[in-house]
Amino acid sequence: MSFITKEVGNGLRRNFTMTVALIVSVAVSLSLVGAALLMSAQVDRMKGYWYDKIEVSIFLCGKSSVAFTCTGTVTPSQRTNIESILGSLSPTVQDVFYESSADAYKQFKEQFAGSAILANISPDALPESFRVKLDDPANFEKVASALQSVQGVESIQDQRKLLDRFFQILRGLQTFALAVALAMLFVTILLVMNTVRVAAFARRRETSIMRSVGASNMAIRLPFILEAAVAAILGSTLATAGILAAKYWVIDARLAPNLTFIPFVTWPEVLVIIPWLYLIGVGTTVLASSITLRRYLKG
Amino acid sequence: MINFDNVSKHYKNTITPALDDINLTIEQGDFVFLVGASGSGKSSLLRLLLKEEIPTSGTVTVDGINVAKLSNRKVPAFRRTMGIVFQDFRLLPGKTVFDNVAFGMEVIGKSKNEIQERVPAILELVGLEEKAHRLPSELSGGEQQRVALARAFVNRPKLLLADEPTGNLDPSTSVGIMKLLDRINRTGTTIVMATHDVAIVDQMRKRIVQMENGKIVRDQERGMYGNTGQ
Repeated sequence: MSFITKEVGNGLRRNFTMTVALIVSVAVSLSLVGAALLMSAQVDRMKGYWYDKIEVSIFLCGKSSVAFTCTGTVTPSQRTNIESILGSLSPTVQDVFYESSADAYKQFKEQFAGSAILANISPDALPESFRVKLDDPANFEKVASALQSVQGVESIQDQRKLLDRFFQILRGLQTFALAVALAMLFVTILLVMNTVRVAAFARRRETSIMRSVGASNMAIRLPFILEAAVAAILGSTLATAGILAAKYWVIDARLAPNLTFIPFVTWPEVLVIIPWLYLIGVGTTVLASSITLRRYLKG
Repeated sequence: MINFDNVSKHYKNTITPALDDINLTIEQGDFVFLVGASGSGKSSLLRLLLKEEIPTSGTVTVDGINVAKLSNRKVPAFRRTMGIVFQDFRLLPGKTVFDNVAFGMEVIGKSKNEIQERVPAILELVGLEEKAHRLPSELSGGEQQRVALARAFVNRPKLLLADEPTGNLDPSTSVGIMKLLDRINRTGTTIVMATHDVAIVDQMRKRIVQMENGKIVRDQERGMYGNTGQ
């Protein structure tokens, strides 16, 4: 074993520039892979957080509503009727919360405190509404079909639609990051193959002597494979450091304090990515070097 | 020990065969000179013994093993039963004499103790115990070939193949190498040596197998290079 470790150390030192190139390339591609995984975790987390908060808003008719289900402001009996329909939709409807015009105005005032908009809005301009919480946001259609032609309902709004567009953009970004990561990984594989090929060529004398004294294929190839693996481990470590730094210095120190309404990925979610980086980094380089050696060090 | 049975070898894109219906038997403990001009088939014959090539037809057996049928996985173990010496020594320039010989044991996984024990003994056999910690570049050609011989013999092979081992050496140095090969042969190791060296062949008076255009044209006990025996 000490023989092999000695050989690996020699090989890495002799091939210094290529080794550095390999380490950097592994580090960059794995950082991108890590970033893509991080984004995916971030999107999942935001989805979980916001979908949990999603409500279906059922706006009731106001003084100036024009919907065909409206004849002036909603009457108390219409309101009771809507409430009982909502009650009959259990368990799809988990929770119903009534918001009067005055409540809506109060909320609005808090949200836009200090803004000039406030002066133009009168308390009765905001419609009263039922805020409905569903067991699953995907069940919106059930509620909509039950209520859309009921007298006194002006409109039904699904917040999920708004969120979905936002998530679509995030998914697009994520796919792009993943595509770049895969391209980098591909470049890394080519670089591994070339590095190993150069190393095998530089040591063809040793390997031919090894073969002639009866060294097994494994004994001949292992030092090369381990060299690539050591470079991959160093690269993966750099990538890991990059991901941890991004969490610590960018997400926790900069983004989270300023964007309080967005839930950010937590440490456990970040840490779970790290074994994957090592696995991908070491796995691809070992595979690529083995394939190369099969070709260039025929036994 | 070694048996060639109607062995022919055609390389791709050549018209004449490199080996043409060779029949040859070499017994355990034999010392055989393989002589003939360049391209006569000596190297092809050695390559078949190492399974670097497989015969186009016929069978080559070494120590009861059909070489062509040997699976690739078993080739390394098979090669450990033989030592090989080349014209250009093939020593590792960055390693000392001791380490070069030890290398032959390390790569097949021999223990440190065994290496510490065997290497000095074998260096003494080849007369280089004083130069164990020199680099190959500090040695003469004859000394380098002795190191190569030590490396080939350190694992006690049953068969030693030598491809022009004196090709790069002057006559007096060559004699030293031949004496060493003779000593190794006396331990029971079979030796097959391809050579051009007329003086050495004539001096040693060993079995001669002469090749020409892929055929064996002479197989003579205690022969001389120029003597066709007819």
